[in-house]
Amino acid sequence: MSDLPIERQKRGAFTARLGALRKHVPILSPALVFILIFCIGGLLFKNFFSARVILNLFTDNAFLGVAAVGMTFAIISGGIDLSVGAVVSTSAMIVAVLNRAGAPPIVAIPTALAFGAGLGFLMGCVIHFFKAHPFIVTLSGMFFARGFGYVLSWQSVPIGHKFYSVMSQIGIPFGGYLKLTMPACIFIAVALIGYVIQRATKYGRNVYAIGGNEQSAFLMGLPVGKTRILIHTISGFLAALGGIVLTFYMLAGFGNAAYGLELEAIASVVIGGTLLTGGVGSVLGTLVGVLILGVIQTLISFQGAINVYWTKIFIGLMLFIFILLQKAFMLSAGQRNK
Amino acid sequence: MSNKEMGAQTGEVRQAGARNINPVVWSALSLAVILLFNLIFTRGFFSITIKEGHLFGSLIDILKRASPTLLIALGMTLVIATKGIDISVGSVAAIAGSVAALVVRGGDITYLQETIHATVPLFPVFAFALLAAALCGLFNGFLVSFIGIQPIVATLILMITGRGVAVLLTGGYVLNFDHARFEFVGTGYLLGLPFPLILAVGVFVIVFGLTKLTPLGLLIQATGGNTTASRYSGVNTRVVQMLVYLISGLCSGIAGIIITSDVRSADANYMGLWLELNAILAVVIGGTAMTGGRFKLFGTIFGALIIQSLITTILTRGVQVQFTLIVKSLVVIFVILIQSERTREFFAKSRRKITSTG
Amino acid sequence: MDDQDILKLSGITKSFPGVLALSDVDFTLKTGEIHALMGENGAGKSTLIKVFTGVYKRDAGEIVYEGNRIEVHSPLHAQEMGISTVYQEVNLVHNLSVAENLFLGRQPMKSGRIAWKTINKAAVEILDQFDLHIDVRENLGNYPVAIQQMVAIARALELNSKILILDEPTSSLNIEEVEKLFEQMRRLKKEGQAIIFITHFIDQAFQISDRITVLRNGTYIGTYQTEAITKIDLISKLLGREYEKLVQVEAKKLEEEEKAAQEDAYIRTEQLGKRGSIEPFDIKVHKGEVVGCAGLLGSGRTELANLLFGIDSPDRGTVYIEGKAVKIANPRKAMKHGIALSPEDRKEQGIVQDMTVRENIILALQVRKGWFRNLSSKEQKEIADRYIKMLDIKTPSTEQVMKNLSGGNQQKVIIARWLASNPQFLILDEPTRGIDVGAKTEMQKLVVDLSKQNLAVLFISSEIEEISRCSNKVLVLHDREVVQTLYSEDINEQSIMHAIAERHAEDTDVE
Repeated sequence: MSDLPIERQKRGAFTARLGALRKHVPILSPALVFILIFCIGGLLFKNFFSARVILNLFTDNAFLGVAAVGMTFAIISGGIDLSVGAVVSTSAMIVAVLNRAGAPPIVAIPTALAFGAGLGFLMGCVIHFFKAHPFIVTLSGMFFARGFGYVLSWQSVPIGHKFYSVMSQIGIPFGGYLKLTMPACIFIAVALIGYVIQRATKYGRNVYAIGGNEQSAFLMGLPVGKTRILIHTISGFLAALGGIVLTFYMLAGFGNAAYGLELEAIASVVIGGTLLTGGVGSVLGTLVGVLILGVIQTLISFQGAINVYWTKIFIGLMLFIFILLQKAFMLSAGQRNK
Repeated sequence: MSNKEMGAQTGEVRQAGARNINPVVWSALSLAVILLFNLIFTRGFFSITIKEGHLFGSLIDILKRASPTLLIALGMTLVIATKGIDISVGSVAAIAGSVAALVVRGGDITYLQETIHATVPLFPVFAFALLAAALCGLFNGFLVSFIGIQPIVATLILMITGRGVAVLLTGGYVLNFDHARFEFVGTGYLLGLPFPLILAVGVFVIVFGLTKLTPLGLLIQATGGNTTASRYSGVNTRVVQMLVYLISGLCSGIAGIIITSDVRSADANYMGLWLELNAILAVVIGGTAMTGGRFKLFGTIFGALIIQSLITTILTRGVQVQFTLIVKSLVVIFVILIQSERTREFFAKSRRKITSTG
Repeated sequence: MDDQDILKLSGITKSFPGVLALSDVDFTLKTGEIHALMGENGAGKSTLIKVFTGVYKRDAGEIVYEGNRIEVHSPLHAQEMGISTVYQEVNLVHNLSVAENLFLGRQPMKSGRIAWKTINKAAVEILDQFDLHIDVRENLGNYPVAIQQMVAIARALELNSKILILDEPTSSLNIEEVEKLFEQMRRLKKEGQAIIFITHFIDQAFQISDRITVLRNGTYIGTYQTEAITKIDLISKLLGREYEKLVQVEAKKLEEEEKAAQEDAYIRTEQLGKRGSIEPFDIKVHKGEVVGCAGLLGSGRTELANLLFGIDSPDRGTVYIEGKAVKIANPRKAMKHGIALSPEDRKEQGIVQDMTVRENIILALQVRKGWFRNLSSKEQKEIADRYIKMLDIKTPSTEQVMKNLSGGNQQKVIIARWLASNPQFLILDEPTRGIDVGAKTEMQKLVVDLSKQNLAVLFISSEIEEISRCSNKVLVLHDREVVQTLYSEDINEQSIMHAIAERHAEDTDVE
């Protein structure tokens, strides 16, 4: 029997119950939003409510999704990675250029992955050892990667190797001629692996701890530096993977690819329920966030007549609302603890 | 001597560990190095001739092209000084430019694809464009200071939405126009110098004046240096933040007007793209730290000029355009390393080792 | 060195820009002892701990652990060597669950994955020892600070270390929780563990410790056997009595005078209070009067000051300035009413480190003048020079950057800032904290001089001697409440200390 005074017991139980609910709010709401938008689409357009639309969502946004998973870890840790768009694009370019030079996929793909991971590793080191702001460091990483891509080839480089076109076509059949394509599979696989990492590995939990309170994490003896560097290495690796996925359906590498991808990734992460201040979030939420972005695009393309600019406005508005909600959520949590 | 005695001695005033070289001097020197390089290796770099009644040459070109970045960087300097950041500037420029183009075309949105020869008075063009920019700035300021959203997130919203709005305004088309007096803003010359440069200098003078002749400079430094202490001293940190975002918005608006006027069109999809990155770079290279507090407007000027002259140098040396990005990234990293505390600590330790008597 | 000494620190010195935090401090710790480390704010207790647990690098001195000279590189390193710490601020992670916080960094694994079930189960068992029955899957941040602190303590105790350091672990705990903690500590002591117990609660130190070490202003005062020292003795060692020059204030107020002067108070409060912060209080401060505010750490003095200056908003009561009821919603309004506050934490709330001395001095004045009456550089320099001279601030010039000044001079700059704003009522919250003896005496003289210039002054300090010497009237605070007001001949060190110590004794009897 607890010796806590009655008031405190009551307060403890009540906040515990509310708290349990609260824990899931950041993740439940994006799922609800997705369902809502999907239903609106279904009401507005005849062919919207179909498996094809959903499967396409996964395929079309696979490269964004893979990169966004990496971004999720960076943001949960309280940092950010602005280089993902550039790394996606340049990795695709590396594959394309190596392919043109006669290298088989077994050489081209790991090289691109190494590039992404290597660049991420370097950025992580600069951020940790020089105590530099992740914003500026990853910004220059973005310049570097993008520039490197242009140096490799100013023009777009087609990829002729059968492997890549095959990869874009194979998939898990879903009845009829529908299938979950390879890019989609990779996306889902990465998200699931990411979930396991965030939930069941020490590294994953350290990421949350650092994002929650870096000073405390340090004092608790957690390996802050190693974790930081690993976060950026993984983010770079996943961005490169995203680039490879991109080659599967672009079947080419070109310097302008994925412009603005980092912003879409950040938007997906935030809409998916991860707090930009760090410490709270989930890759599953990001997955939903990516799907939300995708379904908005799909809605708009179904409409046809409306110009593409509405996408940007919608996304911006969503971001705005979600951020306000996050702020309100945090404020009320703060009040309770006073 | 014992620790106690040493402690007593240093008890009064502590000298800074390593003498900090003024970052503005650093950036001025870097610019000088770049120019020197060109002086030696690029023929005719410094030649300035008079053509068509105005100055002409590589240097003049650099000054003109740097103007939009410089303008935005001025506003950005103040925002960064309050520990904030404004990544919406490119989109705000696009909005302002689109509004300007619309008004120049007489508010005619029906024949969006055609070029319109217009004689609309200048005042409404500027007024509406700057009003739009000001509203954007106030929106950012409101989100940051009253709702308390992190600056990068708050301005991210406008960055994404703003571009959509700009494209909405132009209907997705590139708006062309022909308006002699408006074109003067981007392509004209005053006193022999490009008008954009004159504008940029003018805005610099105004902003500089504001920070020196009113309490604004002091309040910005205090707010960014220690927000809590500022509040304890009665500073209205909210108003200060609103103001800096407003100024940033206005600067972006003017930049947008210049860009539109220069190319006699408004392409909402591409106008001002990535301008924010160049602006932030200019500010950081110029010596204003991202941690906020002290800001150096003069340093920002050097920063913008360094970026522009680097690009021009690279191009005139025949190095392909693709390398400019890589060079930019290396410059940034170099600056970060120099400015980083670790590096300073490292130098301070080596100094102390040399001068200590053991 | 004793065979039983598990830790011996000698000559530890540590300074930060502008502050000499520790100067030549010694400290020894035996196995199987509970050793209390005590001192008022700024004494250096936390700094000492952070130095030998790898958070800070010391400037000088030696650490001998289990007979070997060692260097501690990081908190992780310290943990690995068997030193675990519970810091004063709850250094756990609020966004993770209670169970996770207990095991962060050393989670039990099952086939390569974290074994959550094991963690949750073990967490419940661990907290049971503290009679804490809470949902361990709940986020730590959802629980009140007291519970968070107990979890932090439980985590440290689980680490099976050789030295356990508890830095102010009981600040948020009630009597029962403190007793449970002490039970655990006694159990560990029997098992041979050495415990360092930092506290400002004198009664607790007497209750649980074997020896007490006192630090004051970064210097080592002494180590005493707990059984051999009295409470009053200890208090006087904590609060110090080294001043050569004595400054006496003339007329100590008589209680009758006070009652008669009802209308003349510059500032008067009527049942002003804020729940959770400070109980409703009635005070009066007259022009030309120094009201001392005494009490130990946590008694509510800063909370009182914050209500008067508009940092916090009261939820009941009224403030009267020169007889008129006013609402002080924020510092700006307070300044309009002629109030000024030199805050307790000069680093976080006072100085703007990267601005110059001149800019720091004129800041509040400029704010008072508003947006349209700018002080020119020349005027700023004149004002700065004037106060540098008046307060004898040691700086090479007005353009020196604040962070390069010593603590005492930084404090003087803050006071200069507020004097420059021409206040009628000046609140000084711990103005002599962390500054050396000479500067302290100057500060006390200043306080009295200010009152002679007809300023109303509220002087908050942990140093009873200063309060007793400089005040016309003394408010004694305890546990967030103004419990007593002392007048005239009652104002002396002994009676103030008794007033504080009495309430301590009362408390431990009542519950």
